[in-house]
Amino acid sequence: MADARFGLDRKLTLDGPLALDGGGILAPVDIAYETYGTLNDDRSNAILLCHALTGDQHVASTHPITGKPGWWTRMVGPGKPIDTDRFCVICPNVIGSCMGSSGPESLAADGKPFGMRFPVITIRDMVRAQAMLLDHLGIGALYAVVGGSMGGMQVLTWAATYPTRVRAALVIASTARHSAQNIAFHEVGRQAIMADPNWRGGDYYHDGKAPDAGLAVARMAAHITYLSELGLTEKFGRRLQDRSSKTFGFDADFQVESYLRYQGLSFTGRFDANSYLYITRAMDYFDLAEDHGGHLANAFRGSTTRFCVVSFDTDWLYPTSESRNIVHALNAGGAPVSFMELSAPFGHDSFLLDVPELDRVVDGFLTAGGL
Amino acid sequence: MALRPDLAIIAREIAPASRVLDIGCGDGALMAALRDQKQADARGMELDRDNVTACVARGLSVIQGNADTDLADYPDAAFDYAILSQTLQTTMRPDLVMDQLLRIGRRAFVSFPNFAQWRIRLALMFGGMMPVTKQLPDRWYDTPNIHHVTIDDFRKYIAEHGIRIEGQWFLRGEKLISAGAANLRAQHAVFLLTR
Repeated sequence: MADARFGLDRKLTLDGPLALDGGGILAPVDIAYETYGTLNDDRSNAILLCHALTGDQHVASTHPITGKPGWWTRMVGPGKPIDTDRFCVICPNVIGSCMGSSGPESLAADGKPFGMRFPVITIRDMVRAQAMLLDHLGIGALYAVVGGSMGGMQVLTWAATYPTRVRAALVIASTARHSAQNIAFHEVGRQAIMADPNWRGGDYYHDGKAPDAGLAVARMAAHITYLSELGLTEKFGRRLQDRSSKTFGFDADFQVESYLRYQGLSFTGRFDANSYLYITRAMDYFDLAEDHGGHLANAFRGSTTRFCVVSFDTDWLYPTSESRNIVHALNAGGAPVSFMELSAPFGHDSFLLDVPELDRVVDGFLTAGGL
Repeated sequence: MALRPDLAIIAREIAPASRVLDIGCGDGALMAALRDQKQADARGMELDRDNVTACVARGLSVIQGNADTDLADYPDAAFDYAILSQTLQTTMRPDLVMDQLLRIGRRAFVSFPNFAQWRIRLALMFGGMMPVTKQLPDRWYDTPNIHHVTIDDFRKYIAEHGIRIEGQWFLRGEKLISAGAANLRAQHAVFLLTR
């Protein structure tokens, strides 16, 4: 008889309560997740995969709304660098999100969606919820925790919060704190959502009129930060969209405009605007050093976790200097750490795209753990 | 695969279970040997990305970094040994790197090709051009060795900077040779240093 706790498209409701950094509590706690591969007898082959801001649990399965393949199918699967023939991969949807885990779209005790009544959460709250999931799955120590971007923030938080449960930590294209520029871009997105007349203080779930225009603008602004100038230039340059000359109007004359509009629009079909507010807020509040007396090194002092930190040379959202900052702290704390800056043309999004060097690093780092 | 001769000396001399930082660790051959044979806690720093990737794939902890700029990140006396094998002559400021080396490590191993070996002297004397030898195969314009050094230069530097020599080894090819006239005879030197 197969264990119903494992497999695709799982959903769990825990009684909680989950005590939140902001002072409130969350109860009950819904966690949607997927697992790939088989947990071995001594439960030593579990890898927790942490997704990014707009990611979800469908890491290597078809997305139920878009019908597209999972967001990291090139990395996760049988024979892939995160090899599901060897490892049991667990990917939970973060709380605050909108793909089945507790978030602003969930129903509150009064039977209506939380909307903005949902408590403001932090990256550490997301991690604590994941720890509750692992307890439920009977998994103590993780073979590795892996994540890119916001996923990397969760990885760092895992290593700092539950050092004995994390044997290896792989942090890709991430940072130990959100910079003023990071916060600024997120604030643009949030203001775009809240300025949409359909937002109505977050209370829009009842009549099907969501703040799609605002959410689309938020996505457009954010999407620019995920790409590199070189990538945009190579992909679009100043080329015009389906026309031979400028229209002297405000249609999407340029290919890059058309592309961004499409990105914004398609995003609204799969993501909730309030979730976007809550998760960007959690990222903005993220400053791991602040949680440890202002010294990042204190977060990892005495850690026996093996770390690998990877940055990309064209990532200006979380540039290499942020990864070096993490590495510096890990060195100061004496933790075993590897670091490399990979070269890829795709900007921040490189961690999701075709970068064979990343595959080799992930495979090598994970295999070195002994499984 | 056998270790390069200077690395074999270092691997032999290092006390078991030491904490070691190998600066310019290349593909991690020495680190792997120290881990497997001496149960050392070995960390590495390497400039070349492909080498770093190769090290990570061997299960080693290696940081992509530059000896000239990134050693400042390590705390004082963080390691029992800091190792700089055939890297000193490639740095922008060997003197500052030496300072860092002896700050981070309680002891330091430094190995380098000896530019005063007689073949090199002869090549310069009679060829009149920058020597290209088996040990120093690069041409003047593409060599990474931007600060060539001789054994006597190095000894003078050590003496002037209050550094103590705890051990020294001299190599001609694969063979250990005596210290006599080492500056003329040795192709490579390995020094064990401490403050």
